[in-house]
Amino acid sequence: MEKYSLLSLFRHAGRHHENWSRAWRDPAPKEAYDTVIVGGGGHGLATAYYLAKEHGVTDVGVIEKGYLGGGNTGRNTTIVRSNYLRDEAARLYDFSLKLWEGLSQELNFNVMFSPRGVMNLGHTLQEMRDIERRVNANRLNGIDGEVLTTDQVQKRVPLLNCSPNSRYPVLGASWQPRGGIARHDAVAWGFARAADAHGVDLLQQTEVTGIRCQNGAVVGVETSRGFIGARKVACVTAGNSGVLARMAGLRLPIESRPLQALVSEPLKPCLDTVVMSNAVHCYISQADKGDLVIGAGVDGYNGYGQRGSFHVIEHTLAAVCDLFPAFSRVRMNRQWGGIVDICPDACPIIGKTPVEGLYFNCGWGTGGFKATPGSGYVFADTLANERPHPLVEPFALDRFASGALIDEHGAAGVAH
Amino acid sequence: MLHIRCPYCQEMRSEEEFSNAGEAHIRRPPDPAALSDAEWGDYLHFRKNPRGPHREVWVHTAGCRRYFNVLRDTVSYEILDVYPAGVPDPDAPEETTP
Amino acid sequence: MTAQPRRLAEGGRIDRSRVLDFTFHGRAMQGYAGDTLASALLANGVDVVSRSFKYARPRGIVGHGPEEPNAILHLGNGAVSTPNLRATEVELFDGLEARSTGSGPQRLVGAFSRFLPAGFYYKTFMQPPWLWMTWERLLRRAAGFGEAPDGRDPDTYDKMNHHCDVLVVGAGPAGLAAALEAARAGARVLIADERPEFGGSLLARSLTVAGTSGADWVEETMAALSSCPDATLLPRATVSGYYDHNFFTILERRTDHLGDADAGGTRQRLHRVRARQSVLATGAIERPLVFANNDLPGVMLASAVSAYVNRYAVAPGDRLVLFTTNDGAYQTAMDWQRIGREVVAVVDARQHPEGALVQSAMEAGIDVIPGHGVIEALGRARVGSAVIAPLDDQGDTLASPSRRLECDLIAQSGGWSPTLHLSSQTGTRPRWSGAAAAFLPGALGERGLCAGAVTGKRSLRECIEEGASAGALAASRAGFGDGETTLATPDTGESPEASSRALYLVPHEKPVSRAPKQFVDLQTDVTAADIQLAAREGYTSVEHVKRYTALGFGTDQGKLGNVNGVAILADALGQEIDATGTTMFRPAYTPMTFGAAAGRDTGDMFDPERHTPMHAWHEAHGATWEDVGRWKRPRYYPQPGETMRQAVDRECLAVRDGVAIFDASTLGKIDIQGSDAAVFLDRVYTTGFRRLGVGRCRYGLMLHENGYIFDDGVTARMAENRYLLHTTTGNAEAVYAWLEFWRQTEWRELDVHLTSVTDHWATAAVVGPQSRDVLRKVCTDIDFDSDAFRFMDVREGHIAGIPARVFRISFSGELSFEVNVPANHGRHVWDALIEAGTEFDITPYGTEAMHVLRAEKGFIIVGQDTDGSVTPADVGMDWAVRRNKAYGFLGDRSLTLAHHLREDRFQLVGLATADPATVLPEGAQLVEEPGHRPPVAMEGHVTSSYYSARLSRSIALAMVKRGSKRTGQILYAPLADGRIISATIVSPVFYDPKGVRQNA
Repeated sequence: MEKYSLLSLFRHAGRHHENWSRAWRDPAPKEAYDTVIVGGGGHGLATAYYLAKEHGVTDVGVIEKGYLGGGNTGRNTTIVRSNYLRDEAARLYDFSLKLWEGLSQELNFNVMFSPRGVMNLGHTLQEMRDIERRVNANRLNGIDGEVLTTDQVQKRVPLLNCSPNSRYPVLGASWQPRGGIARHDAVAWGFARAADAHGVDLLQQTEVTGIRCQNGAVVGVETSRGFIGARKVACVTAGNSGVLARMAGLRLPIESRPLQALVSEPLKPCLDTVVMSNAVHCYISQADKGDLVIGAGVDGYNGYGQRGSFHVIEHTLAAVCDLFPAFSRVRMNRQWGGIVDICPDACPIIGKTPVEGLYFNCGWGTGGFKATPGSGYVFADTLANERPHPLVEPFALDRFASGALIDEHGAAGVAH
Repeated sequence: MLHIRCPYCQEMRSEEEFSNAGEAHIRRPPDPAALSDAEWGDYLHFRKNPRGPHREVWVHTAGCRRYFNVLRDTVSYEILDVYPAGVPDPDAPEETTP
Repeated sequence: MTAQPRRLAEGGRIDRSRVLDFTFHGRAMQGYAGDTLASALLANGVDVVSRSFKYARPRGIVGHGPEEPNAILHLGNGAVSTPNLRATEVELFDGLEARSTGSGPQRLVGAFSRFLPAGFYYKTFMQPPWLWMTWERLLRRAAGFGEAPDGRDPDTYDKMNHHCDVLVVGAGPAGLAAALEAARAGARVLIADERPEFGGSLLARSLTVAGTSGADWVEETMAALSSCPDATLLPRATVSGYYDHNFFTILERRTDHLGDADAGGTRQRLHRVRARQSVLATGAIERPLVFANNDLPGVMLASAVSAYVNRYAVAPGDRLVLFTTNDGAYQTAMDWQRIGREVVAVVDARQHPEGALVQSAMEAGIDVIPGHGVIEALGRARVGSAVIAPLDDQGDTLASPSRRLECDLIAQSGGWSPTLHLSSQTGTRPRWSGAAAAFLPGALGERGLCAGAVTGKRSLRECIEEGASAGALAASRAGFGDGETTLATPDTGESPEASSRALYLVPHEKPVSRAPKQFVDLQTDVTAADIQLAAREGYTSVEHVKRYTALGFGTDQGKLGNVNGVAILADALGQEIDATGTTMFRPAYTPMTFGAAAGRDTGDMFDPERHTPMHAWHEAHGATWEDVGRWKRPRYYPQPGETMRQAVDRECLAVRDGVAIFDASTLGKIDIQGSDAAVFLDRVYTTGFRRLGVGRCRYGLMLHENGYIFDDGVTARMAENRYLLHTTTGNAEAVYAWLEFWRQTEWRELDVHLTSVTDHWATAAVVGPQSRDVLRKVCTDIDFDSDAFRFMDVREGHIAGIPARVFRISFSGELSFEVNVPANHGRHVWDALIEAGTEFDITPYGTEAMHVLRAEKGFIIVGQDTDGSVTPADVGMDWAVRRNKAYGFLGDRSLTLAHHLREDRFQLVGLATADPATVLPEGAQLVEEPGHRPPVAMEGHVTSSYYSARLSRSIALAMVKRGSKRTGQILYAPLADGRIISATIVSPVFYDPKGVRQNA
């Protein structure tokens, strides 16, 4: 893998950038792989990378029906944080956050992780109790967090409407300084390039049409480019997980829903942190390019359409205008939707299935982007060792029978 | 932005008047106590979530407040059928008498 | 000062009698009514309107509509400023102040442009890691166009909902014809166009229809349309979004063109349109040609040059070189010649141009240079000359050396790209047509049609014809007319155009990587070399290229550059263009104001406030407020000089020692009637109701099917088959919906009816040892003796002359009567109770005291002490769960799931701090041993915590692991400020555990 650096950039500039090598190959599919990963999004590519790097499993094919990073990886609002309430979730997400902190160097690809802080606003007394509870839990779990007063909030976000007379006044906020945003596409590309360098085959424009099993064990996948054998098949397909599961005769407790987001036209820097509000329902940050990146709500019904209903956008922009009255004259450039896989307890499902050799990693709902490196790491470990990584033990599918749900809905603020 | 015909009001109304209440035709098990944890978990959490036609429950929240069933394609979002609550699942296999 | 040096002496659709003053970067200028800011800037000889995004290169105006990539300007100052407006879309008004942003330190960047290929930031700024945040700050400062306004937007916005039979998008020739046909068929028609005047290209081109000028045809058609009873014409209205089931959003700009002085009314209005049928007549946008330095000011679209000449009477230069691949653009050379300016040459990429327009141009003495291309523009801040060279048949190399043509304006036309943004928003993929050399809209199904230039039609006659038939068909699909057109085929005097040449990248003497920059997307500074670089590096999907290079990511969503970019990519990959495909277009077609999408739903109207009938009294008595759901509830009533603590202590003691009054109107109330009402209640509550006597009340817990507490409250049996169910304030709507769901879908056989009566009743809780005395003063028909009116009884009678229901229930543990009267009489009865209580010093109390009082009694608040993962057993309320019901109740099965039977569940306990004056913060986490470094296992957390004036100490409720078995143990709460508070686990019932007082 060619090393990227300022120096290499200068060197290539001298040659008019004519000799840059490919970031990843475009190989023909092999007849069989040790491990096939279905889904070339951030999680799938990260899984491939860590499988190769940490476990020496390089006979890996990543099968992507479209283009790498084309699903939710490229459609989210790029927020990275780990201030989750429940121990199980907090540990997993903070493990991921720690990986984010060195990811650009690890991958030799600038994923532009920007730890500019994440603020969850509290608008009611109950929200403030929940914030106290979550921040205290975070601190005891070794995760950074503070409770900010309204004045401290205002100081960090000058354009925020902190008037006590607003409909839902800002009473305070939780603050995680290590949280922030990243460049979403770069995460997929960085993992893809690094995985490819380890010999992983990235097979784009290849659609899985079936999962072939024999005697209760997986033997490979049918694809639009023919059958590909595999000892292990790992499905990391977010909103399409249910479709994949059905191919193997499994059901998942997942519903696929459109989640909408939008960006404004690019502006000069005017918002230096991530601001999230549950009561008013809005989350907003400013990308390095200058656009305000705004998360809207999940639509109220199942859908695979990558688009949503306009009234969700209207509610979100009303919330933005209420929280940031100065943004009223700013304009929306684009809106779009992703398909998120919603689990009953807003926590992922990671691990084995009743089919030998078939693994799933799904159910991240609205919160998958921030987990990308961590999810890949623990899933790779689970695949390589054929047992759940300790951090994913609580996230097994059987919790929906035992009742041991992790429930992050309760008090964790917005789940995004 | 769906446009839904409420089968009671008999009017096409905009999506904002309605709320979705999940998959249709899920009967509550008549004797929950007789179910294993796994069977009960199945009833609680597992849904069909199809890519394509989907039978689901809607309620005319800002209208007649009544629940009804919709057959809707989850890819094209086209509404293929609308019928009142209580109508048996048209997809259910017909009961055969021995 | 020469006023408007580039303004033509005559012509144009401008009002020369109305001179408008404006400034650009502080420089005073003048224009005319009817100008856009762009035409006025051109008239004033402004060449450079901005610096480019990445390389800070000087840029001028290129287009004349929403495709404009460069003239992105900031209007006004402070709170009323508006960032990122396209000068080509801004109507000039008196006093307009405009400037561009982004010039300044970036100019330095230009010198390093060679080191900044596409995606350079992914390859750099990684070492040392700590420096990235500094780099990022610099990148952020360089990026972005306008500045956010710095204050509250003083303008208002509103919305209007429409239903129509046929929505026509675009009022050019095709749209107008469609609208007229549909309206004549009797359909209700709405036609919208983003421009202030209808007519589209007809106003900018010198064409005739049936012998009259294009403008006259527009006027006649509009007059005919206006005379139809059900036609609505919306100018200045951009159809920005096309959503499922034929829902459209239209942003109408109502006062922007008037300037601040006249901005009295609604600034913008969002029309929300549900159309039976739609006709998209969105036209086409001319495609630029990609040659070296094609971003120099003075390189413009040919159609824009014609538009400035014909519509605005502005000549944006003196000596024109027209570079074209098609016949149509020759009209620009003819227009230029007509106004007496010099046409240096027409450079035609085709080897043998031979259409009628070409002939006319040659006959008019215009020098046509066939088989050539402009390979490079030269100049510093404006075009000074065009370098032309012969192109070979393939178009990828030069046949022989180049030469220069001196000129100051290069008009270019690489053909036309249909405006298929709206049709694509529905999820329909555009398809590539080799014949049209363009992407054409995909099929729209049964409810939409495309007509005119958007389908690739080039001639005016075809556009009018296709518009008319689309209008007639749409109307008939909507149930009007037979689908036949009534318009006669118009005679436009057009000759057929000869075929054009597809040319997406003009070759240069040097290879693309070494040639001067050949821009594909001007706004995002993406060059042909960038696209080739992306392809070389393996970013081969068109979406990858978009994301890697930023092609099409600008505020114009690639209206100019996309097709060239896709073609250059396809070429680099050795693919066909249709295999490469195009990126998806998303709403909005052009950017939509946030405020317009928010409409009136901001400020006070962001979310409705609910007030109880006694709200005004609370307000008059100095209440502070707590938001609970949508309700405003009094939190406490501070007297002058009182702190919150003092006020709450006073209110609590009044309840315990005397009498106090509390507005409980916000509690949800559901009237349940029917012969199966009791059966129904048995199923939704953990408690049994069948044996509850008439006139009696019972507490119930409501669970979700997962076994977790969802709501709680007291239900009273008002009659044999009638119950009144109370919900918590915040859950009223959710509980009602939940109950209706079961009643309507699952238990259809039950005879039971539910009515939400929350708003029907006002509730005043009269609480305290002296409450009975107060009530006796205002009520004569209820016996308040403790034997006659027991705890958990309900009685009906009259309070202050008003029919009332009185519930003897208590959330404070004191003797308490909750008086319910019809809401209209709430204030009257409240006043009467206050008056009757005056002699007992009756004290109003709010939610804060209510919370303290119930915590003293160990009563939970659902949502505060529970969080959606708590079973009845967890809060010690197994007593409220009956396990012998015939049918069972919702959630019953979940209570016996393995996880819910675990020993180590979190359970409700009381906490007593070692220091009685210390109040634990709510939300504090509890650990077994203090002082450990994280991660530390948590034993529980504090859910409620107060200072109890009655007990003269702090009290707290907490959920603690195995809590019910740990009474007497000490836990520690380590706080963020470094304090560690120790507390002993005690019973959650701190006061009157036997309930003597409420039964008094």
